[in-house]
Amino acid sequence: MDWSWESAANSVPLLLEGLLVTVEITLLASVVAYALGLVFALIRRTGIPVLSQAVLLFIEFVRSTPLLIQVFVLYYVIQPVGGMTLSPFTTGVIALGVHYATYAAEVYRAGIEAVPKGQWEATTALNLPRSRVWTAVVLPQAVPRVLPALGNYTISMFKETPLLLAIGVVDVLARAKEVGADTFRVTEPYTLAGVLFLLVSLPASILVRRLERRAAHS
Amino acid sequence: MSSSVSHIITTVLSGLTATVTAAVGGIALTVVLSLIAGLALGSPSRAVRGISRVYVEIFRGTSEVVQLFWLYFVLPVLVGFQLVPMFAGILVLGLNHGAYGAEIVRGAVNSVPRAQFEGAVALNLTPAQRMRRVILPQAFAEMLPPFNNLFIQLLKSTALLSFIAVPEMARQGELLRPVFGADLGWIYGTELVLYLLLALLITSGMRLLERIAARRLGRAPAKMTATAGGV
Amino acid sequence: MPPTVDSPMIRFSQVVKSYGDHVVLRDLDFTVAPGEFVSLIGPSGSGKTTILRLLMTLEKLDGGTIEVCGDYLSHMKRGEKLVPADEKYLREARKRIGMVFQQFNLFPNMNVLRNITEAPIHSLGLSRDEAEARAVELLEMVGLTDKKDEHPTRLSGGQQQRVAIARALAMRPDVLLLDEVTSALDPELVADVLRVLREIATSTDITILCVTHEMQFARDVSDRVMMFDQGQVLEDATPDKLFNDPEHDRTRRFLKAVIDRA
Repeated sequence: MDWSWESAANSVPLLLEGLLVTVEITLLASVVAYALGLVFALIRRTGIPVLSQAVLLFIEFVRSTPLLIQVFVLYYVIQPVGGMTLSPFTTGVIALGVHYATYAAEVYRAGIEAVPKGQWEATTALNLPRSRVWTAVVLPQAVPRVLPALGNYTISMFKETPLLLAIGVVDVLARAKEVGADTFRVTEPYTLAGVLFLLVSLPASILVRRLERRAAHS
Repeated sequence: MSSSVSHIITTVLSGLTATVTAAVGGIALTVVLSLIAGLALGSPSRAVRGISRVYVEIFRGTSEVVQLFWLYFVLPVLVGFQLVPMFAGILVLGLNHGAYGAEIVRGAVNSVPRAQFEGAVALNLTPAQRMRRVILPQAFAEMLPPFNNLFIQLLKSTALLSFIAVPEMARQGELLRPVFGADLGWIYGTELVLYLLLALLITSGMRLLERIAARRLGRAPAKMTATAGGV
Repeated sequence: MPPTVDSPMIRFSQVVKSYGDHVVLRDLDFTVAPGEFVSLIGPSGSGKTTILRLLMTLEKLDGGTIEVCGDYLSHMKRGEKLVPADEKYLREARKRIGMVFQQFNLFPNMNVLRNITEAPIHSLGLSRDEAEARAVELLEMVGLTDKKDEHPTRLSGGQQQRVAIARALAMRPDVLLLDEVTSALDPELVADVLRVLREIATSTDITILCVTHEMQFARDVSDRVMMFDQGQVLEDATPDKLFNDPEHDRTRRFLKAVIDRA
């Protein structure tokens, strides 16, 4: 085994810089996914004529095709055609966020279905306006229940960000590659990159599992 | 159709073989590893349980791309021989998705009612016979919808193999990009349509399996979504 | 159009309601006068709950019309014709009607006070102070003043149902619908709820339709009892008449079975 602790230690600062980028992208993409996912779920739920079917098709299409291709489409096709200039970072956030919004939509849908029918009937009996039915009764009951599932998706997003190095995002894996190219030693940076992922995702998973157990009991 | 578009389509199609090979190989390895690790997670032996738990947590807890880079760039340095890209790709696909699959197997086995297990004990079957003839056939039907989702995830992951120069569809498309800048829509459009078709193929196959499994158990098959579900 | 002594609070005309192939209500006609307390009794599946659900617009009519306070409930006038009502019309029409459910249906994410004030604030437009004052009054009436900051999950079934009653009354409905409101309660808790209902019946002039299996209660408190069977009104009389001297054998048999079980 050819492992140099010195080499490993030297690569750590750069790797941590990259990890910061990975975490930033994950958090921003999560915000996009959670918000957009809710919008998708509500559109599907209220069944607005053309929009509802369009959203369904979009969701099925995005869920069944590789994220990598979607990133390329956003960066190389939509961006120039739409006249925008997006940095690789922003492209990554949007592509990752939209991709996982389609998963989040299904999660929200299940959460909304789980709200008992009697709650809806009570809002009719009390003649509550539509907006209040959603904001005061249904969503406050549906959303907390689905938070563990959303948490798991955030962890998944975290693990998928490295593929963004294909469009030049300088995340932890890209840094590892840099170090490998500079020092001609690939073992330490790549192994450490893997370890860093474990160090973040394992505690996060335990946290989510604890959330799940709490949600199941309440 | 202009000649450049037909060239684009043919080139992307040329990657189809590699994509399918990687997917089939990955799925096969996933099934094997899922069964082994999934059953090992329920083993009475602490050591066996521990080993499979470590395997599952490592491959579920790290990024698939990082695993790919490690197996292709680091492993040769450590053990001395270079893995062929396709082989490395199938290995990573199998190891990664096998870890998720192990949890699916474990969940399905645990969902078989305890009464079935007790009935098998009462019939004096050995543990292996219990698993093979009573528990697994029932767990099998439970496993199919989540495995459908997992296999589609695997199919989507084959695109990552472009990072290690496997000549699958995503890579073929990227080779075209510098040359056919004006027709990028055709490149990615073709790729996306082909991935969709492959995903539908997987789902149809799994649906067929589900009908067979349900018939053998005398049950109505459960519902499955047409395409991939959650991770 | 407000009801007069001659015009009823509720009128069902030739009402038809089916679920798929199963016809639950068949050309149903009946009226209810303002301020009446009417108990609806009968075997399950006879359509009693469906009547309440139609009145609360939780279900759509398949035929016939329903009038509340002289206005059509589920239809609106377009010139000379009657067409099914749109959501805007229904929102106006619902203002007069309130309902208490068998499963209480309190909002678990709000405490008792907010459960009661939510609709008066956001549907009737009361200020928070007005709504809270009204809520406190009603909580006193149902005997739960000390529970106003509690969450519904910490209350017993009987207490939850009393909160549900207060919540419905906070809307000051003209018509109150009670759908087997004690059927989901443990026997010891039933009495408290019935006491509250008795109080409402005597001290207010709300028109009340009550689907119930509590025969003693129906007998004591109702102005009128309607016995339903297979979607039709089998008998419609004062409690004295119906309980002591029913006209139909079916009624007699039903009462015997229910009272024997009690």
